[in-house]
Amino acid sequence: MGGSKMELRTELDTGKWTTKRIVSYVLLALVVVGLPIYFQSVGNMFMVRIAGVIGIYVLLSLGLNIVVGYAGLLDLGYVAFYGMGAYAGVLFGFVVQDWLRSLSFLGDKADGFTFWLMLPVAALAGAITGLALGTPVLRLRGDYLAIVTLGFGEIVRIFLTNYSKLTGGAAGLPRVGESIPAAAGQQWAIDTFSMGDFVFTKNLFWYYLIVLLCLFAVFVIRRLDDSRLGRSWVAMREDEVAAASVGISITKTKLWAFSLGAMWGGIAGVTYAYWIGFISPESFNFMESVLICCMIVLGGMGSIRGAVLGAVIIAGLPEIIRWLATLDIFSGFITPEQASLLGDYRFLIFGGLMVVMMALRPQGILPSKRRARELHPIDESIKEHEDQQIWEAEHNTNTPNHDL
Amino acid sequence: MSMEIIGQQMVNGITLGGLYALIALGYTLVYGILLLINFAHSEMFMTGAYVGYFTLIGLSKIDFFTSSNVGLLLLYVLAFLAGMIVTGLLGMLTERFAYRPLRNAPRLAPLISAIGVSLFLQNAALLWISSRSIPFPILFEIRQDDIAGVNVSSMQILIVGTTILLLLVLDTFVSKTRVGKAMRAVSQDREAAGLMGVNINYIIALTFFIGPALGGAAGIFSGMYYGSIKYNMGFIPGIKSFTAAVIGGIGNLRGAMLGGFTLGMIEALAAGFISTGYKDVIAFAILILVLVFKPGGLLGESVVEKV
Repeated sequence: MGGSKMELRTELDTGKWTTKRIVSYVLLALVVVGLPIYFQSVGNMFMVRIAGVIGIYVLLSLGLNIVVGYAGLLDLGYVAFYGMGAYAGVLFGFVVQDWLRSLSFLGDKADGFTFWLMLPVAALAGAITGLALGTPVLRLRGDYLAIVTLGFGEIVRIFLTNYSKLTGGAAGLPRVGESIPAAAGQQWAIDTFSMGDFVFTKNLFWYYLIVLLCLFAVFVIRRLDDSRLGRSWVAMREDEVAAASVGISITKTKLWAFSLGAMWGGIAGVTYAYWIGFISPESFNFMESVLICCMIVLGGMGSIRGAVLGAVIIAGLPEIIRWLATLDIFSGFITPEQASLLGDYRFLIFGGLMVVMMALRPQGILPSKRRARELHPIDESIKEHEDQQIWEAEHNTNTPNHDL
Repeated sequence: MSMEIIGQQMVNGITLGGLYALIALGYTLVYGILLLINFAHSEMFMTGAYVGYFTLIGLSKIDFFTSSNVGLLLLYVLAFLAGMIVTGLLGMLTERFAYRPLRNAPRLAPLISAIGVSLFLQNAALLWISSRSIPFPILFEIRQDDIAGVNVSSMQILIVGTTILLLLVLDTFVSKTRVGKAMRAVSQDREAAGLMGVNINYIIALTFFIGPALGGAAGIFSGMYYGSIKYNMGFIPGIKSFTAAVIGGIGNLRGAMLGGFTLGMIEALAAGFISTGYKDVIAFAILILVLVFKPGGLLGESVVEKV
């Protein structure tokens, strides 16, 4: 299959800047940057917030995509990292805040630096939690791994709920008398970008910050995908034994996948915590893990565009449809009542969609070509050919024995 | 801690263990045959409870069922039969549409499909029935007996007794009958069993009837024992029963029973000795430890990695 090798190569290349490509990127940028400003200017504050939430989920789905999509390790406890990032960022943040206040030269700006210092700390907390989970489960695969990660996620949530001396228990953080400090830059942005009637709100500030983090994530993950480590992930995903036999250290490769994936969970967690200003263990339950997993499955495992698209669809589509239904141009298609009913049925629909997707298009909406081939041989004859090869190898009928 | 409390917790543990064993059988049967963790199994448990609930509510309007003890017994028997049959059929439906098309797909695919089914069923119950917990009707008086300082309720005896009965029936069915033999054959080698004339699809469908039916019965017991049911009631017992199946050695029927009672006992004692808040942590920690250090479980064979 020489031809397909060439195709794979072009798929991995970043591609040429064709006009079509440039136009679509410009349009995308306009929507991402402009739409929230539009929402804000028409007073639809709810949609600005939704935009931020979608951004958080994009970060989470990009992170989980490393573990599930690239390395092929089904992790159903991804919220554990999200939660660890949030709790570590807030709790350690309180300590750091006191220290910052003691530095006299910072004056009244001291609190604002807490978030920015906590961002790398939460990333580290996520990565360390990833290692803590990854180390004992190195030998597990597939469904066993899924169930152990699920258990791990639940253990973290139960600890956050029950260890109330530290975490505030089910009531969450911050406790009475405490507050999660605002990030430096927020007030400046609000003062600078508010013009006339247009108010640049806190939510807009966080939205753009989250967009920047997502861009950073895409950049990093793209670089990883083309790196030696990225290729090791794919090799390991497709055949662990074969990968090990060509000199890839499975231990290292798996642990990198777990910790680099978990890192983005931590970053998303701390960002969410400082944006919303409140966290409780209930935000980090199993359902969230399933949803993030669903995003990747829907969008396309192992594909960055797919992970982003999946997050937008699952975290935002019902709200987006509800908003579209209120617009005059769509008034004939769907009524606001129907749209809001659709919102109620979202999880039912997503559940059904996961089943249908697996049967009809297991590679997702925007798959990576490599992953698609693995999950879904395009050509039956290729599969037959492979089956034939496997059969021959197993039965060793006509071919001479190569065993030493 | 006094002996009475330990005894009390052990009685509670055996009851809980009975429920876990019933659910664990569903996981183990399916895993034994398809090597698939049926994530939707916890929703089968929930479905059973709801079907039992509606049967009880519907039939208790007829005087015959509530006027005499015989009628009452018949009412509960009917509720169990309805719950088990509907859940069993739902299990077969799930297999037909969610798992069968994926039988030759990579193992990640049916797993994700199973999560999808679980999400779907849970939300179906949430949207179409209720988002709150519903009180489960108990129409007979529960007697409390004092045995050597330990309080045993007639409900606990009923649960443990029926569970053991169901377990014995299943064990005999699988080990003694022709169909049971076919089930064992399919679980050992699907293709070879097919070549020997076993109707594989029929056997798999049957497995997906029996497992969920037992899970459904456990759901009704759980409703009776705890007094309420809810759309997400299956999640935690589901994971724990899976743990039980793993402890006993997944794919092994007697292992699932043993694992169920072991886990119920450990959990009840842990709740008594350590803290009720952390009892779930203990079950999950056991799951992780067993999978990491002895993935074959107590009665299972050690798993050899196939290349």
